[in-house]
Amino acid sequence: MAFTNEQLERYSRHIILKEIGVGGQKKLLNSKVLIIGAGGLGAPAAMYLAAAGVGTIGIADADEVDLSNLQRQIIHATDNLGQAKVLSAKETINRMNPDVTVNTYRTFVASDNIMELIGDYDFIIDGTDNFPAKFLINDACVMAKKPFSHAGIIRFKGQLMTYVPGEGPCYRCVFKNPPPKDAVPTCKQAGVVGAMGGVIGSLQAMEAIKYITGTGDLLTGYLLTYDALSMEFRKIRLPKDTSGCAVCGDNPSITELIDYEQAECSGV
Amino acid sequence: MKIIVAGVEKEVKDGITIAELIRQENVETPEYVTVSVNDEFAKSENFQTQTLSEGDRIEFLYFMGGGQ
Repeated sequence: MAFTNEQLERYSRHIILKEIGVGGQKKLLNSKVLIIGAGGLGAPAAMYLAAAGVGTIGIADADEVDLSNLQRQIIHATDNLGQAKVLSAKETINRMNPDVTVNTYRTFVASDNIMELIGDYDFIIDGTDNFPAKFLINDACVMAKKPFSHAGIIRFKGQLMTYVPGEGPCYRCVFKNPPPKDAVPTCKQAGVVGAMGGVIGSLQAMEAIKYITGTGDLLTGYLLTYDALSMEFRKIRLPKDTSGCAVCGDNPSITELIDYEQAECSGV
Repeated sequence: MKIIVAGVEKEVKDGITIAELIRQENVETPEYVTVSVNDEFAKSENFQTQTLSEGDRIEFLYFMGGGQ
């Protein structure tokens, strides 16, 4: 694949980087990233990946754009109210970068569709807002041997970790099982600063770009936490021993995907 | 004795248990926190009995469910 003059210009700030260069940009254009949840995290992640020239971006989300989304979900705008989020996101990406093919999946992820959804993609971004989905994405990615970025945000705090098959702990190694419904507050109940999605969602995009281009060290084996009020980032080393994990361990007890009960305020 | 809690050195009583430390640190949603001691997960069923030693590094890992 040869670059057009327009592409050489568009991606010139990538191409000049020794860590990316022409080869890395080609990898990006040939790559496929699936973003599950076109919301606070998924919006900035999708936009930076689109701008970066990730050739195929899949977006899965069942919701429509709501007025209360616009404080943080910057891929959607006021004139998208009521529109399916996946279509609103696709329109924005198409305006940003014609090199990107956008696949839309207007659905919630569940045990009966997630393996098919992730199957075609090189890297998955978890931009969901509820634990059933986060555990489902983890388990499916472990079973399908797909790398993914987990993240969560609430109030002024955020965190993320990257799973790469065989290279460290998965989400379930750390968090075992979803908390009971409503035991841990959701963004709707507790609030979240919009820019938090920008910080953490952009870091998820960065992890995808590094994975695709084979650049630098990924956040595997670590949980990165961000507290905006104290303005502190912490890179917390996670235990290395994953042998006892129920899904990625040596003798997994979870061998089929589980549809946990949805939390009260999920999908908002 | 001194231990390192979330990267910060703290003075605690000798032989403090994980459960006592969780209370002392006012950990949010203590029933659902994941604890690591010196980069090993502590089992939640042992929080009441597992004691900490001088220099131990403790991390609290919290569920964070938001994203949309």
